[in-house]
Amino acid sequence: MNARVRWTAAIAGIALLVAVPWIGIPLPPLFSEPLGAPGSLNLLALCFVFGALALSYDIIFGVTGLLSFGHALYFATGVYVTAIALTHWHFTLLPALGLTIVISLIVPLAIGAVCLRVRDIQFAMVTLAFAQAGSILVMQNPFGLTSGEEGLALGVNALPAFLVGVANTRNLYWIALAFLAVTCLVGWWSVNSAPGRVWAAIRENERRVAVIGLNPYLYKLGAFVLSSFLASMAGIVYLLIEGSASPDVTTANFTLVLLVMVVLGGVGTLWGAVLGGIVYEYLDFRLVVLANASGMQSLPAFLRVPLSEPLFILGVLFILLVLFVPGGLAAAVRRLNTALLSSSWR
Amino acid sequence: MQPERGTSDVATIVLLLITGLGLGALYFLIASGLSLIWGLMRVLNFAHGALFTIAAYIAWTVTQPMQNGNVLWTWIVGLVVATIAGGLAALLLEVFLIRPLYARPIGQILVTVGVALAAVALIEGAYGSDPKQVLLPPWMSASSHILGADIANTRLLLIGIALAVLAALLLFLRRTRYGLIVRAGVENRAMVTALGIDVERAFTLVFTIGGMAAGLAGFLSGTYFGYIDPARGTSMLIFAFIVVVIGGLGSVTGSAVAAAVVAIVQQFLNYYAAPGIGDFSVVILLAAALLLRPRGGEAS
Repeated sequence: MNARVRWTAAIAGIALLVAVPWIGIPLPPLFSEPLGAPGSLNLLALCFVFGALALSYDIIFGVTGLLSFGHALYFATGVYVTAIALTHWHFTLLPALGLTIVISLIVPLAIGAVCLRVRDIQFAMVTLAFAQAGSILVMQNPFGLTSGEEGLALGVNALPAFLVGVANTRNLYWIALAFLAVTCLVGWWSVNSAPGRVWAAIRENERRVAVIGLNPYLYKLGAFVLSSFLASMAGIVYLLIEGSASPDVTTANFTLVLLVMVVLGGVGTLWGAVLGGIVYEYLDFRLVVLANASGMQSLPAFLRVPLSEPLFILGVLFILLVLFVPGGLAAAVRRLNTALLSSSWR
Repeated sequence: MQPERGTSDVATIVLLLITGLGLGALYFLIASGLSLIWGLMRVLNFAHGALFTIAAYIAWTVTQPMQNGNVLWTWIVGLVVATIAGGLAALLLEVFLIRPLYARPIGQILVTVGVALAAVALIEGAYGSDPKQVLLPPWMSASSHILGADIANTRLLLIGIALAVLAALLLFLRRTRYGLIVRAGVENRAMVTALGIDVERAFTLVFTIGGMAAGLAGFLSGTYFGYIDPARGTSMLIFAFIVVVIGGLGSVTGSAVAAAVVAIVQQFLNYYAAPGIGDFSVVILLAAALLLRPRGGEAS
């Protein structure tokens, strides 16, 4: 009975999300435009991409217990390889995606094979080093491919017509939604598969996994490649939504923000990470709008300045969560559930 | 600062060496604190770059009304203010945010990440992301003639200050009781605690000293580059991480040597290969160092 209720709720929820572009209800505090309008759809699509990206980071960090500081590199691989193939090499969309998929498998396989020779803080440092090398490479604009600091904008003709223009935002919304759904399925399936259980075992006690006779290195490499590959795919969808590649997505700060998303949602719980990614991106976007609201301008400077910096608010929120709610939003929801259940029983 | 091509080879090499050492001085000031904090407390302090930036901006703000007075005095006041501000910020960070999380190492890293993001965002909000010019005394804006090369005096000054800080840190570590506790704690923290020594007070002390060095570095980055900006701390922090790992986590002398090596390699390759290649190679150097001696990064 309970399971049937849950399935019905899930299917209804998904149907509702699919139908959003046709729903014209204005939701003034939450969105500045009606729900189905391009602006709101664009924001929701970005939220979905970051939900999926946070999930991919949680596979390596939360599930397998590897603190990687280089996840931005794999996201940026998806963004930049696709952008370069489309603009400089004049690929059409499908071959460009094919090329990106191949490179998105080779890059983490090579880098992961090297980085996973060390562990703990050394692993964090090596992954950070490779990501930083990638960031420097993009900024240096080799052979004029990345356009350095300016970023790389997709031309009008680079993409098929159904992905270009404000009127087609709903197509991008559906692509992002479908991508998030597929990522959730892949994540859920892989974590509950046999290798997924070994990942969790490695997080708890790697030596013991080795003693049992399994090779932790191969399992860790598997988790690393899967997580990085999903991040690259998120990069592709991000590029389609934004229409340009910016070097911001290559920086160490970007990886730190991902870490914030995952911890915000709840480390090790995939749905928590998705929630964290969505909530973070939403707040990051909406707090900027809030900062420019008219009421804000009349506040004294010592209140106005901190409140108009989304990253400051999110950073402080993050610190408070780490200090007082160790499991993030997922733990808070679970605790609330238990509290409700026990009170209704009495 | 890139030297003009066409000057004599010796002059170019001297110029690159001393410019590199000047940059290395900044790396060392950041890395020495990071290294001691890691060695003793096992905390990877991502907020170290934020301490650098906060101190630089506080010093800039305090000295702003003094701009019409004696420039040298203003500079000295700025230096002292930045050092104190860095130490104070680090002290508050340790006591209020790191200390409650002694039992949760990942939590400590996460909190410093939060502080790094929030503090830099706050400074960007208050001062804008454009660079702020720094006024320098006449002697520092001039240059000296050494072996045919024109060396900006600030490079020499920074090298001198870094050497003084290195000497002071070594004196503290080798000649004082707290220095002994810190050294012993880096070697074997469990044993020091078992002997009934209050290691936690040493944590706070080391964090504060690290913050003072970072604050000093923040101020001196203004002297070196001629301006300060909110993003500088983060980019310096990454190179400082590299220095710490190559120099050995927990070793101050190792940090000093590694800082010089990293900065000089960076300068030479940026000049002789192509701009950017130096930065790139240093990062690859780190990966190589870690992979060739996987446990070598720990203090021995």
